[in-house]
Amino acid sequence: MFASPLAGLLNILVIGIALSLPAGMYVLLQNAQSLITKLSGTPQISLFLNMDAKADDIDKLRKLLTQNPAIEKVTFVSRMQALEQLKQNSGLTDVIGSLNQNPLPDGFVISPKQNEAAALDALRNELAKLPKVEQAQLDSAWAYKLEALLKFGRLGILILASLLSIALVAVTFNTIRLQILTHRDEIEVSRLIGATNRFIRRPFLYFGALQGLLGGVMAWLIISVSLLLLNWQVGTLARLYASQFALHSLSSGDSLALLIFSVYLGWLGAWLSVGRHLSKIEPH
Amino acid sequence: MISFTQVNKHYPGGYTALRNVSFAIAAGEMVFLSGHTGAGKSTLLKLIAGIERPNSGSVLVNNQNVGVLKGAALPYLRRNLGMVFQDHKLLFDRNVFDNVLLPLQICGFDHRESAKRVRAALDKVGLLKREKSSLVSLSGGEQQRLCIARAIVNRPAILLADEPTGNLDNAYAQEIMAIFKSFHQVGATLLISTHDDSLSRDNQVRTLTLKHGELQP
Repeated sequence: MFASPLAGLLNILVIGIALSLPAGMYVLLQNAQSLITKLSGTPQISLFLNMDAKADDIDKLRKLLTQNPAIEKVTFVSRMQALEQLKQNSGLTDVIGSLNQNPLPDGFVISPKQNEAAALDALRNELAKLPKVEQAQLDSAWAYKLEALLKFGRLGILILASLLSIALVAVTFNTIRLQILTHRDEIEVSRLIGATNRFIRRPFLYFGALQGLLGGVMAWLIISVSLLLLNWQVGTLARLYASQFALHSLSSGDSLALLIFSVYLGWLGAWLSVGRHLSKIEPH
Repeated sequence: MISFTQVNKHYPGGYTALRNVSFAIAAGEMVFLSGHTGAGKSTLLKLIAGIERPNSGSVLVNNQNVGVLKGAALPYLRRNLGMVFQDHKLLFDRNVFDNVLLPLQICGFDHRESAKRVRAALDKVGLLKREKSSLVSLSGGEQQRLCIARAIVNRPAILLADEPTGNLDNAYAQEIMAIFKSFHQVGATLLISTHDDSLSRDNQVRTLTLKHGELQP
């Protein structure tokens, strides 16, 4: 069936690249998603106090907060604790070490009872007005914004994937058209000696599906190798920030979905092409 | 086995290939179809195989009305027919063995049974030693015999041959006639078209003669 191995290889390469673009972007988005979930967790409100707040100011404030019905949990974070945490989490150990005084205020970390954006906002506004509070900050606001941005990205990938899928079907359609033309004599003779349409159609459908499968495998390889290269770079970057982070490749479920999808698209292209071109070859 | 009743066949453009043709061929009969080039012999054979359909009249093959047969049923009709084509219609991208194998592959025979049948058919036409040869190495007569092997490998009840001796010299033509006769002796129905009158006279078989699309009495 592979009349020309080079042409077949080029087709598989084209299909592989076309599939690897949306699938690769999907992988990157998945990674971004898991990174965000890791960083944001459940929403919290941080209260930063004025720098001149005394111990009894803090005690008064703690009482007010624990009595507030909208609040689940109150944790006091002293200036010293805050600095330590920053050293551990941010990866900016060296920068912080070079500071000669602690720039951080005392603060409270508050876990609200409700998670809806409107309720959180109302609570944040209420807490901002309390005495000795310099600023009230909704910690996960940025995460929500990023989340929205990711949704946008996902939509972009969906559109890209749809377009490239159509391209893939078109590539297979055309390959099968050429295959049918090259096998014209064989088809005509087979018809004459009693071949059913199904018999004639079968090898072309198999060919389309096989080409799709090999294209899918090619896409998987492209993504895996690219991620390997990226991870090599990410590793260097992560070491510079003194943190541990690596990009995950396609999960086995996603890999399987990729292959099934590519087989299906190849088969679909072949099916459309066969339906259109085979009927034109009638013996005479 | 084959019966035509008042069959007419026109081609687009007003050309009439067959006019009011009626005849019947019994099972196990061997019949020649003679007439000049363009008399309608090929058209008549094509009507039997359902390659063409009549404009009026009925074509019955094995009690099936071929003229109104659905497209999906045609393959099963053709599996009961062995056809030897004027232009051979062999496939040059495969060897002798694989050309004869094709009808069996289409019918879904298993591997071992197929190989046995292919060799039997090749033996009958004297090409058993050439089974691995490529088609370009075969002479015209050998290609014709290969075409016959492909037509009989399926052991069809009816064999149609369109000018099987067309381009062959007399010795070769007699050889091929001998193959057909042996096939007739085992009970097959044969319809063989030829423009060579001497062939039918020498062999003393029933002959249908076409002239300008009409059957001569």
